[in-house]
Amino acid sequence: MSAVVGQGTPVVKDPGAKDKVETPFRRFASEFMESRLALGGLVVISIIILLAILAPFISPQDPYDLAVLDIMDGRMEPGSLSGDGSITYWLGTDDQGRDMLSGILYGLRISLTVGAGSAFIACMVGASLGLAAAYAGGRTDSIIMRIVDLQLSFPSILVALMILAFLGKSITNVVIAIVVVEWAYYARTVRGTALVERRREYIEAAECLALPRYRILFRHLLPNCLPPLIVIGTMQVARAIALEATLSFLGLGVPITEPSLGLLIANGYEYMLSGKYWISFYPGIALLVTIVAINLVGDQLRDVLNPRLQK
Amino acid sequence: MSVYLLRRLIQALGVVLAMSVIVFIGVFAIGDPVEILISPDADQMERERAIAALGLDLPLWQQYAIFLGKAVQGDLGRSFVFNEPALQLILQRMPATLELAFAATFGAILIGLPLGLYAGLKPNSVGSKAIMAGSILGFSLPTFWVGLMLIMVFAVQLGWLPSTGRGETVEILGTRWSFLTADGLSHLLMPALNLALFKISLVIRLTRAGVRETMLMDYVKFARAKGLSPFRVTFVHVFKNILIPVVTVTGLEFGSTIAFSVVTESIFAWPGMGKLIIDSINVLDRPVIVAYLMIVVMMFITINLVVDLMYSVLDPRVRLESK
Amino acid sequence: MRDSIRMAAAAAVSAAAMAGALGASPAAAQQVLNMGVGSPVTSLDPHYHQLSPNNAVSDMIFDKLVGTDAAARNIPGLATEWRAVGPTTWEFKLRPGVKFHNGNDFTAEDVVFTIQRLPNVPNSPSSYAAYARPIVRMEIVDPLTIRFHTAAPYPLMPMDMTNVRILDATTHANAATEDFNAGRVAIGTGPWRVLSHRSGDRIEFERNPNFWGEAPAFQRVNYRMVTNDATRTASLLSGDLDFIDQVPTSDLARLRRDQNMRLSETVGLRLIFLGLDHLRAENENSPFITDHEGKPLGRNPLRDVRVRRALSMAIDRKAIAERVMEGAATPSGQFLPPGTFSHVPDVQAPAYNPDMARRLLAEAGYPNGFRITLAGPNDRYINDSRIIQAVGQMWTRIGVRTAVEAQTWSTFVGRAGRQEFSSFLIGWGSNPDGSHPLRNILATVSRERGWGASNRGRFSNAEVDSLLTQALVELDEPKREQLLIRAQRIAAEQVAVIPLHIQTNIWAMRRGLTHTPRVDELTRAQDVRPAAQ
Repeated sequence: MSAVVGQGTPVVKDPGAKDKVETPFRRFASEFMESRLALGGLVVISIIILLAILAPFISPQDPYDLAVLDIMDGRMEPGSLSGDGSITYWLGTDDQGRDMLSGILYGLRISLTVGAGSAFIACMVGASLGLAAAYAGGRTDSIIMRIVDLQLSFPSILVALMILAFLGKSITNVVIAIVVVEWAYYARTVRGTALVERRREYIEAAECLALPRYRILFRHLLPNCLPPLIVIGTMQVARAIALEATLSFLGLGVPITEPSLGLLIANGYEYMLSGKYWISFYPGIALLVTIVAINLVGDQLRDVLNPRLQK
Repeated sequence: MSVYLLRRLIQALGVVLAMSVIVFIGVFAIGDPVEILISPDADQMERERAIAALGLDLPLWQQYAIFLGKAVQGDLGRSFVFNEPALQLILQRMPATLELAFAATFGAILIGLPLGLYAGLKPNSVGSKAIMAGSILGFSLPTFWVGLMLIMVFAVQLGWLPSTGRGETVEILGTRWSFLTADGLSHLLMPALNLALFKISLVIRLTRAGVRETMLMDYVKFARAKGLSPFRVTFVHVFKNILIPVVTVTGLEFGSTIAFSVVTESIFAWPGMGKLIIDSINVLDRPVIVAYLMIVVMMFITINLVVDLMYSVLDPRVRLESK
Repeated sequence: MRDSIRMAAAAAVSAAAMAGALGASPAAAQQVLNMGVGSPVTSLDPHYHQLSPNNAVSDMIFDKLVGTDAAARNIPGLATEWRAVGPTTWEFKLRPGVKFHNGNDFTAEDVVFTIQRLPNVPNSPSSYAAYARPIVRMEIVDPLTIRFHTAAPYPLMPMDMTNVRILDATTHANAATEDFNAGRVAIGTGPWRVLSHRSGDRIEFERNPNFWGEAPAFQRVNYRMVTNDATRTASLLSGDLDFIDQVPTSDLARLRRDQNMRLSETVGLRLIFLGLDHLRAENENSPFITDHEGKPLGRNPLRDVRVRRALSMAIDRKAIAERVMEGAATPSGQFLPPGTFSHVPDVQAPAYNPDMARRLLAEAGYPNGFRITLAGPNDRYINDSRIIQAVGQMWTRIGVRTAVEAQTWSTFVGRAGRQEFSSFLIGWGSNPDGSHPLRNILATVSRERGWGASNRGRFSNAEVDSLLTQALVELDEPKREQLLIRAQRIAAEQVAVIPLHIQTNIWAMRRGLTHTPRVDELTRAQDVRPAAQ
């Protein structure tokens, strides 16, 4: 995200940075800090990312190693001691005897990779194509937008099924599947906004100055298309994570021995009726906290980065 | 204008063609329908007979050519599973899905727009923050999970609403609709809400973002300065401007609602095309998959066209190009 | 479609009128049974698509010459008795006085028509033609006696006839599958008449008042397809459904505790087992087996019976049955459960013995084990993906480091059929006759004989084949049983496949109903009755 920071925003007065040299980043940072909620979100995300990175060192168990799992420890309540007495399952275990705490820590890694990775790639691909379509118009626009139509009309499940059938089941392939499903949203949204923006005076002005095309596209048009893009982007991270969960629910997601948060929820879902809530509940909480934090930050980013929303 | 429409139509045809090729190859790559459909104790002779009966013994390009030849005459093939024309199967189930998708979309706008407007006009109030926080829930929880929770709470625990199915239907013009009976409505409520949840959040956020931006625009300031009532400023000046992204996205979402109603339909045993397509994918019923996707693509193209046309109505700055 | 609705409405009205006219008791007036089934019914044509859910519904509408009781033993159906009158001739005596739903009489002509129709249903993805193939000639002795002539002695004729639903020669003369699906000609001799059918959603039935057998207990039946496991249970709990099948094992504990719910269960005929790669020769690489560094082994360890035995012994079947299946499975060492024809009495479920397994591996030259990938479907059998993970844990513990690959059935089954896996989980729902699994799974693959069509591991054993050859033409039942037992015993000793457990079939219903559980997994309304007060 920081790549786009400070571009194209006109210089405005910022009461928070009086006595320092004003760099675009400082200005951005201080504006961002104005919302305590967003700051809290940023802190939470940082912690979550840290937990995800450190998962192998802080987890009581390696939940991906079948050798350390024991089905005799399956579906134990939170706080139970494992059969051999070696660890306490603070958040209980799932049907395979997987420690839920470890499962969640490792699951965070996968969900974040899948969510952020696919949203980022999809955003890059989609935004570029959307911009190109809007700016170039004519035949380019038609071709790109028809591909978008084609893409959007494929149910994600079918796309995922085909891709996973071609490539096999793996986390990378899930990311690919989600990118293929999601890029079109960005393209469509960016094009919609860019169609309006490109008629504006500042673009005409830039064209009169005979600036190179890519410069107009990325330095003038793109920043002004950012607000909706960030709205969609932060939501799509969440959506990608949820989509991955849905794919897992349909048996098409990540490999079962390397569960993401979504797969943990999907696995535990079947146990909701029988009162074994923890299998689905704690990963659900982890997912919720992650997504709420991402969105708090995203909302603030959008407000700060919006050139039209300057005070 | 008519040239523009004509060109879009030709493009649409190209899209549909491209898609049918992709689906043919895709389904072929996934697996062999006969392996899935055939009784496990069928011997090799019976297997060969079934393969020949379904026309799967021919090379793929030949199968495709036969399909195209028939498609031109309006025959999209017969379902391997049901032995009925695929098109007819889908059209039979379309009303149920359309009903669900419309209910979800209208619900989303009806709930999302006012909430988003409020959150945009009073961004710092407690109510707005609650709305925004609530909207995050809408798209962070997986649909299948929320669906089951809805059933658990409203059908099992409270007993207010029926758990699954479509309920009583009324026949109009040869199709059955359930929103006209009380029983049908009560069956519709939960699945529609489940499907709308994501969209409500989306509409809230888009509206709020739009309102906040527009309120700072010169023309809005101008309108206020002119002494127009806040009501008029909000509902004429602001509203018109924020409708563009909302229309785009809801329009887009309507299509994807139909395409993605798969999960909701299978959880609520809603007999629509989403359930049909997931069942068909599970058994690789290619004629139904192809026909379904062709219909959905057509629908998307139409929706996109309508959205584009509405753009030009809502925002005169956007012109439809016909050069 | 519209016709069927109108028909349904008319029938509903007439049913109501009839109930009123007869002054039915108040209890009878609300005798509607709401059933929820987990697998969709794809057709009402009884000869279009061989599929359990279709067979269950066909059993409600139509009848067969030979019926099967809850334990899958043959009982009289539309035929009252049958016997082999010569080495290649079977004679069936037909039940007198039976009428189709539309009033037509049932005679031997209908049987002839039905057998002739079997191979001629257009586009059938899985036809019933195999049941007509052994019959070379049909002979109507009198309107209520028919003889089937076969080319060779054919002991399985009565069992074949348990799969063939009898149609009416006049009503169904030109009936297409679509006509059945629309409900127009879904007319049989069975206990239920079709009122309406909305494919993939529900079928409505009403009682056939003229049924020749035991009268059905309900006036109407609403047969709904609710494919999602959790919602099916939830609908039962909320009272929208009275009766469900395929109860997920995760809900068993809850339903057992619930005072208002009843379960009905029986050990079924479906064995869950692991298939092994017998195709690659001893000195070839099996696709998913490597050493611990990921390099090819240069040989296929699964060709060594000691390795197969070790892998089988490493599995704690009791733990899987109790923990993963929550009690809804019985560990087994063979295809058929005790008490069925040709069950092998001296073959037990292999005992769990990891030490012995390690020793056997060392003896076979793998003291440190090897790496293997265990494949399986994740949407086909009860808890399939959980079982392969559990087996993966157990194999890993004896040094065979196991990766687990679960995929949807649609992808899995094709790959398994092309011998792409080294080891894989799959299931087999048997007829209660050893020849069924032997011929399909354990016999050497042969197109001419129609053997080994589901032998996805390519097991081959000459002795098994020769015993099976004899059994398939043996008309003397005790002799035939012994041949089948001997063949199955060899397969068990050779560890042709690794049997895990036989599934328990479970149905759940609200209090006030009883159900006769069937080993063949079919969910039929005639098996449900109000409980005795």
